[in-house]
Amino acid sequence: MKPPAFDYSRPETLEEAVGLLAELSSGGKVLAGGQSLLPILSMRLAAPEHLVDINRIAELDTISAGPDGVRLGALARHAAVERDPAVRSTQPLIPAALRQVAHPTIRNRGTTLGSIVHADPSGEMPAVLALLGGSVTAVSARGRRTISAAEFFLGPLESALGPDEIAVEAYFPALAVRSGTAFAEVSRRHGDYAVCGVAALVSVDQERRITSARAGYLSIASTPLVLDLTEAVLGRRCADDLSAAGRLARQLVEPDADIHASADYRRDLAGVLSDRVITEAARAAAGSGPGD
Amino acid sequence: MTEQLHEVGLTVNGAAYQAEVPARRLLSDFLRHDLRLTGTHVGCEHGVCGACTVLVDGVPMRSCLLLAVSVQGQHVTTVEGLAAPDGTLSAVQRAFQECHGLQCGFCTAGFLTTITAGLRQNPEPTIEQAREMIGGNLCRCTGYQNIVAAVLRAAEIGGGDAGGE
Repeated sequence: MKPPAFDYSRPETLEEAVGLLAELSSGGKVLAGGQSLLPILSMRLAAPEHLVDINRIAELDTISAGPDGVRLGALARHAAVERDPAVRSTQPLIPAALRQVAHPTIRNRGTTLGSIVHADPSGEMPAVLALLGGSVTAVSARGRRTISAAEFFLGPLESALGPDEIAVEAYFPALAVRSGTAFAEVSRRHGDYAVCGVAALVSVDQERRITSARAGYLSIASTPLVLDLTEAVLGRRCADDLSAAGRLARQLVEPDADIHASADYRRDLAGVLSDRVITEAARAAAGSGPGD
Repeated sequence: MTEQLHEVGLTVNGAAYQAEVPARRLLSDFLRHDLRLTGTHVGCEHGVCGACTVLVDGVPMRSCLLLAVSVQGQHVTTVEGLAAPDGTLSAVQRAFQECHGLQCGFCTAGFLTTITAGLRQNPEPTIEQAREMIGGNLCRCTGYQNIVAAVLRAAEIGGGDAGGE
């Protein structure tokens, strides 16, 4: 099908875009990469009155990585973020997860912040933002505010962003010393939505014993789910049996069934993938930084 | 409701085009209906099948997931722009012919554009990388083996020059 009719503006500055959205009250919708929005429009699942195309606002096309973390502007395309060496060394979980976001052709146009704002519970980047405890900065005519990941995702395809707000930046904290990350997902075909996906963040002490193990899940709950699995593996080393992490995850998740998978299968996947990523992240943590 | 029209100017296969279209006109429809460049095929129309893939400033994108107004001023390469002006096929096109990389041909334009850009980025792909290169394109005829062979063959005969703009 074809999208329903809408009005269209292509502002050149953020100020102009914010002014437009304020005028439109709730009738405006921001268009960035459009790789989720265009299918929704073509399938007529949404019919915004007015699209505000932000693709020409040069100040939003930014990728920066520093000691405190990675900051992505609203026009940072997945493909550019994935290739950025500074992003990789600052927070390797970002490129690891981005490789699983749709197909390369989609990643050439889609934006990382856009997929966060889309708030799809099957999305990789919302789960990554939630696990790392990142945030989204939004701007509107009312001002600028930063929303923590924990408060950002309200439900399936629903974020805390107001209709007059533009998300301008996503912030992902840097990987700390003696910490490691890993990402894995299972989908019917590579590039499809995951039946279940898990991101892990593990920290170890100077003796390389696990001090913290957390995991972020996609396609498991109606918003990105973050579980603290530390109690299952506290004090163990990466070479030890860490399958207690998966057992704990199986107990804690409450997935729904859908056409793609039963609830039991999803729960089992959450366990298997948790084992895999917690082990991999623990190895990365043990191999990183001082501690020998 | 009468829809507001927007002026769109872009370069397609090296030629400048100008047209007035409603904002909701997809780039795929703009190419096919407004410019009569029907080499770009529309399959699923929601970004899954890859048939409508074109190059925007040299980068492969789904033309069904772009608004024509949104690519104002940019350079688009469609399957019509892959061969040389005298009709000599590009390396990727010749490889498809040699390896029988198509049957009905519906998906072919999307494969050709995707692989053209893919080989520019990675002129000597392994078989695994060749598979990954076409992972976002669906073909219901060939079973993909001959398309993978065509990617490798194109790399062999292309010498880094994959054709197109």
